Amino acid sequence: MIISIASGKGGTGKTTVAVNLALSLKNVQFLDCDVEEPNAHLFLKPCIKDEVRAYIPVPEVDEVKCSHCGKCREACAYHAIAVLPGNSVNKGSVLIFPYLCHGCGACSLLCPQKAIKEVNKEIGVVEIGEKEHLQFVHGRLNVGEAMSPPLIRQVKKLINPTRTVIIDAPPGTSCPVITAVKGSDFCVLVTEPTPFGLNDLILAVEVLRKLQIPFGVVVNRSDIGDGKVEDYCRNEHIPILMNISFSREIAVSYSEGVPIVERDVSYQDKFINLYINICGIKNEADSCH
Amino acid sequence: MKQIVVISGKGGTGKTVVTGALAALAKNKVMVDCDVDAADLHLLLHPEIKERHEFRSGQTAVIVKRLCKKCGECRSICRFGAIKPDFSVEPFSCEGCALCSQICPQGAIRMEENVAGEWFISDTRHGPFVHAKLGIAEENSGKLVAKIRQIAKELAEKSGLDYVIIDGPPGIGCPVIASLSGADCALIVTEPTLSGLHDAGRVMELAAHFNIPVKLIVNKYDLNLLMTGKIEEFCRSRNVPVIGKIVFDKTVVKALVEGKNIIDYAECAAGDEVRRVWEGLS
Repeated sequence: MIISIASGKGGTGKTTVAVNLALSLKNVQFLDCDVEEPNAHLFLKPCIKDEVRAYIPVPEVDEVKCSHCGKCREACAYHAIAVLPGNSVNKGSVLIFPYLCHGCGACSLLCPQKAIKEVNKEIGVVEIGEKEHLQFVHGRLNVGEAMSPPLIRQVKKLINPTRTVIIDAPPGTSCPVITAVKGSDFCVLVTEPTPFGLNDLILAVEVLRKLQIPFGVVVNRSDIGDGKVEDYCRNEHIPILMNISFSREIAVSYSEGVPIVERDVSYQDKFINLYINICGIKNEADSCH
Repeated sequence: MKQIVVISGKGGTGKTVVTGALAALAKNKVMVDCDVDAADLHLLLHPEIKERHEFRSGQTAVIVKRLCKKCGECRSICRFGAIKPDFSVEPFSCEGCALCSQICPQGAIRMEENVAGEWFISDTRHGPFVHAKLGIAEENSGKLVAKIRQIAKELAEKSGLDYVIIDGPPGIGCPVIASLSGADCALIVTEPTLSGLHDAGRVMELAAHFNIPVKLIVNKYDLNLLMTGKIEEFCRSRNVPVIGKIVFDKTVVKALVEGKNIIDYAECAAGDEVRRVWEGLS
């Protein structure tokens, strides 16, 4: 089973839930797909065994073959190519803006002169490791790179279906989140009982409903703020899988990069219970289809 | 006119709470919420929407069933896995490159323009506010950010305002780059945790990459004084001034629950510190 942990709002406790859940179960593979700001390794401290550079293909023009016809510029939906046509004095030239390129391959495929080849541009790195019996993979986007989805896809290529896969997703509701949670069997939405938490939870719920992924909610710091998240979940028939009360112990342990289950083993039962709740709802959803 | 952008790398460190307080402190400014896929600043500013505009951006492929011969060309060239085995398009995967529509031998694929969101110009009791809502599961958040920043800048120039104050998104990817580029100053809000330090480091590197001067504040600094010390030391090594340290203050959540900024809500330690921060910024 693939379980992704997402949230809409940042800083609600995605990584805390993902890491502690992973450490409470057996036969787990952990994928940190928050490649812009990967943090799970700070808590799991895995031993990294392998490192794979991640690339996207970007065009390179052979100026000798190029006739400056402009077909590539027309083909590029992302305005990543500009063509300066030649005249009697100048030969003309092609400008490529790699940071706008999505790597779709249209320009090279459609060039009538076969003057464009694709070259690899590094966007980040995928690191693979383990912590005791837990398999660990994360992506780390190079600073200055705009597009994280291709790197997230590279991380997800390493999914090991023989294990319980836990995906730590990035915050938000747009392309990086969708790339991370797509294909999950279940998604846990972590929120907090504040107006910001509720607002972003509602957005995240809309995303999951569109993607048709079964989901439930974990309310973190459940005793601060107000009761509106609970009311919303009740009205929308969204299961609350777990409440985590605010505690200085958790906050301090988090700040030091120590998973709470390692400091206080009694939390293990709570996360195992979360897993049991997930399985229950997943089975219910399956039997409806 | 100066553009100040509030960012953090890590989510949930207090960007919007700080930005909301700056809205109450700064005079002659326009506020902007660039966290377009999980916008929250409106919950503190209570905007009255004056103008509403569609944001059209990008395209999605649509296969016309009647013309499709299921030859499979489109499936074999699509790099995004957006064409399903039954020759329909999975819209969340389609990145709108239009390659399929250009190579389809039957001319059976057309591209449809996306309405990717909406953007607004609003009035608030703290002055004008430009904000947006990205459509659910839409792309191009960077372009929407660029759009609302441009609108805000024009508004500030036209009305002779002194500041554009921007609430940025978390992370370091495309919407963050769009929020940062061309800003006069980036204010990083972080927290005294290992993750906060790690992520602030990456976003500092990003700001340096675009030559944007950076200042930093540590929110809830008393939750881990040792880690706050480490962040200060890290900032010293990078010549980044730490211009504020905000205590963990329960008033912040109380103000939030009532939809108020911490300056107007009540006298509190957190509010006093943001006041000092604003003096350091302005």
